[in-house]
Amino acid sequence: MSRVALRLSGVACVRGGRLLFRGVDLALEPGGCALLKGPNGVGKSSLIRICAGLLRASAGTVDRHGRVALADERLALDMEQPLRHALEFWARLDGAGQRTLDGAMEAMALETLAEVPVRMLSTGQRKRAALARVLASGAPIWLLDEPANGLDDAAQLLLGDCVAEHLARGGIVLAASHQPIALVTPVVLHMADHVAEDAE
Amino acid sequence: MNLLVTLAARDLRQAWQSAGLWLPVAFLLLVASLYPFAVGPDAALLGRTGGGMLWIAALLASLLPVDRLVAPDRDAGVLDQLAARGIGEEMVVLARLVAHWLGFGPALMLATLPAAALLKLDGATIRALELGLLIGTPALAALGLLVATLTAGLRSSGALSGLLALPLAVPLLIFGAGTLADGSGAALKFLGAASLLLVAITPIAGGAAIRAGRE
Repeated sequence: MSRVALRLSGVACVRGGRLLFRGVDLALEPGGCALLKGPNGVGKSSLIRICAGLLRASAGTVDRHGRVALADERLALDMEQPLRHALEFWARLDGAGQRTLDGAMEAMALETLAEVPVRMLSTGQRKRAALARVLASGAPIWLLDEPANGLDDAAQLLLGDCVAEHLARGGIVLAASHQPIALVTPVVLHMADHVAEDAE
Repeated sequence: MNLLVTLAARDLRQAWQSAGLWLPVAFLLLVASLYPFAVGPDAALLGRTGGGMLWIAALLASLLPVDRLVAPDRDAGVLDQLAARGIGEEMVVLARLVAHWLGFGPALMLATLPAAALLKLDGATIRALELGLLIGTPALAALGLLVATLTAGLRSSGALSGLLALPLAVPLLIFGAGTLADGSGAALKFLGAASLLLVAITPIAGGAAIRAGRE
């Protein structure tokens, strides 16, 4: 397997006939992290979806080596299932063992909620569940869309710890966030700089 | 294969929990019990027309769960999470097809027995009906799923699903109901061919529809 990397060069995105951004360049090597900043609707989530392979870049190239784990605003956990079972489905797809999943739930302080149905969880608890899935996936590239939304101070610290540990192990993190999240020397990408001036 | 089982098992569990499995069965039984009230209790007439009527009921029953097959998982982000893991949309749709048929085909075939009794169908007709449904229900499941993938992103997809599915379902209905009166077995072969075609194109067309729906 080749070295873990995420490289964007000259990426542009057109949604609904409107050019959202263009000329986005980014190169992340193991241990690298980037923070997307910019006002609402500037295309942060679209860029994350492009990196995840869910959207095609209208121009430019996306070069990705390594599996990705995505945490966006949608939970994608079965509402009626107890949290542990719901996460287990994804852990099985990711080839993660029980111990990995337990570790991820512990890292997000979810172990006491294991038997609670997902629909009973609060906003912050759901966000932590989505992050636990990212942790358990074992994927080297993390794509986090507003990971700190709805998290209390303690959970934000947990998130910071997990991200730092992931980076220290040679992972890559690309996050879009309004809240400050604890990233050590991130590459800050101001999306507003890439908005096309002559956009129709 | 392992992946297919994991995905299908989850889809089946979801269908079970959303009570999607009982709806087609209840619908079929309801239609079969109402039909004699509408056409009268003439046993000969019921026996002659009942088989075809059950085919119509089976077809309409297969459209009932359409709005729950794809749209909720699309909205919840499940399909995106699967795609981000590099799992092909074709595989996702194939697993869903397996789960949908398992949850719907055998139950419908079982429900046909009491329904046939209500309509005073004879043994030969019941055998032909069950054999036809065994071959035809995978196609009905495939058709429902295909329409579900096409309409997943739309509002008020329910009415549109019916309009999209019914023209495609006509061959199934003709050959399926045709097996009841046909001694030569030709209708059964045509039904098999139509069924194979629908089952084969659904993962491909459905996968493409899901991908296109992301843009």
